[in-house]
Amino acid sequence: MIRVELVKLLRRRRTWIAVGLLNLLPTIVAVLLAVTGIAPRPGQGPAFLAAVQANGSLFAIAALAIVLPLFLPVAVAVVAGESVAGEAQAGTLRYLLIRPVGRTRLLVAKLVAASVFVLLSVLTVVVVGFVVGRLALGNAPISQAMISVSGTVLTPGQIAWRTVVAIAFVTFSMLGVAAMALFLSTVTDSPQTASLGAMALLIGSSLLLTVDAARPLQPYLPTRYWLSFVDLYRDPVLLSSIERGVGLQAIYVVVLLGAGWANFATKDVTS
Amino acid sequence: MTGSGPVIATRALVKHFGPVRAVDGIDLTVRRGEIYGFLGANGSGKTTTVRLLLGLVLATSGEIELFGRAMPRSAGDVLHRVGALVEGPAAYGHLSGTTNLMLLDASARLPAGPGSGGRGRAARRARVSEAMDVVGLGAVGRRRVSAYSLGMRQRLGIAAALLRQPELLVLDEPTNGLDPQGIREVRQLLVELNRTGTTILLSSHLLAEVEQLCTRIGLLDRGRLVLQDEVATLRAPTGRTLVVTPDADAAHALLDGRVATRAGDRLLVETTDAAALNARLVAAGIRVVELGPERRTLEEVVAARTRERQAGEVAR
Repeated sequence: MIRVELVKLLRRRRTWIAVGLLNLLPTIVAVLLAVTGIAPRPGQGPAFLAAVQANGSLFAIAALAIVLPLFLPVAVAVVAGESVAGEAQAGTLRYLLIRPVGRTRLLVAKLVAASVFVLLSVLTVVVVGFVVGRLALGNAPISQAMISVSGTVLTPGQIAWRTVVAIAFVTFSMLGVAAMALFLSTVTDSPQTASLGAMALLIGSSLLLTVDAARPLQPYLPTRYWLSFVDLYRDPVLLSSIERGVGLQAIYVVVLLGAGWANFATKDVTS
Repeated sequence: MTGSGPVIATRALVKHFGPVRAVDGIDLTVRRGEIYGFLGANGSGKTTTVRLLLGLVLATSGEIELFGRAMPRSAGDVLHRVGALVEGPAAYGHLSGTTNLMLLDASARLPAGPGSGGRGRAARRARVSEAMDVVGLGAVGRRRVSAYSLGMRQRLGIAAALLRQPELLVLDEPTNGLDPQGIREVRQLLVELNRTGTTILLSSHLLAEVEQLCTRIGLLDRGRLVLQDEVATLRAPTGRTLVVTPDADAAHALLDGRVATRAGDRLLVETTDAAALNARLVAAGIRVVELGPERRTLEEVVAARTRERQAGEVAR
């Protein structure tokens, strides 16, 4: 069943359009930076954008920081929100269930497919960011060291493993979005409702993060630690936010998937 | 195999949707080898019953058995022996008909053992192409489903139901959207499948179709099974003989007291012996156009057993 879901995901044109669009924004930013030469001052604008003029390789990380707040979660919410509700809307859900595909099994397969999409998106953003950065921006040798966010020097080896950890962290953060959209996808028969519902939660969370009065709530908001992957490029690595981010996402993922499973396993499929 | 017990059996099956009792205590029995006609008006609970049988909707109370196994608990063990078309076909429009069936077939593993037809890719391909050929879609298998006509989609839905040569076929309005030739083809297909041992539950509003195909019917009215009997019994002679004659008045006078009803030149006579009646009429010089035992049509049976819908009452 998992293989079937992957085939469905990868044979959909929309999957590839989403991945393409996801890479478009960082590419535009890179081209603009290259043409104008105006980089934001350090500490302003998306993370790392100040450094990429000198070292284009770093644009891989900058690209991740550009798509993370909005584009990536939108893409994930669309794909995960579609997963069960899309089948219900198309009427194919009933035919899958009477094949028979167990409901839990179907949900797991959908979750795996959504996770693969997340990983695929994050990896392409990093790879395309790297290539575009090398081509359009500073083409310093790959071996060149980088100045960490803390001001010390990081070797390319250090950058490499930190980037791998960053990819894992961002992917895991996006799984929280996927779990939310998947849960809503079992509640409604409309994929748009599920996707927009998940987006509403994220926008609400982002908004509350900017409101001082909401400070007591902030450590529990799903988007709170998303950009903490920047801490991986401090020297030494500042792990506290990363750890809290992973813990918080894990709770969201477990609770939302549990709710999705509980709902779907006993649901009347009338679509 | 689970012996010769009924293929489908429900006991006191009830399903509420909120305050609505969509299915209200149904005892349905479908025996092996039957073509069972499942009749009822829109909103009478047919589709909900079918969904209950297949484990899509969960019963409020009551029991369901498929092949003697409790549903939906044994869904994983028995549903691969069932092929179904529920409320119209459905497929992924951006994929071809063949790919749709390949994915559907791959989505659930077949149990090992004889008769399962094999699990490999080659076996799957053979199964799919056979099902496509059976419903006459062999030539358009590679075309995207979004380019299919309504009739082609319906055929694809039937092909999906036939994919694993199921022992039980549950078909909801299988001839929907088909042209007259398509309807005839599907009917022949069903007869052929039934002849080779497939049990069929056919839900339909087309009484003529059911009358031609089915051996037994169940009639739903407002969530209740108001009738379940052999078609042959329901359509058995009523004990009256129909006479059509231009000399209706003379015939009426001759048979005084035995004429049940008269409408124009049509008389219904209380006798089972049509031959003797004919001889008597002819001997009296009465011309007879038509004469034979009265049989009720399924439509009359259905009308007699269901309550007419009230004005404005489309469904409950």
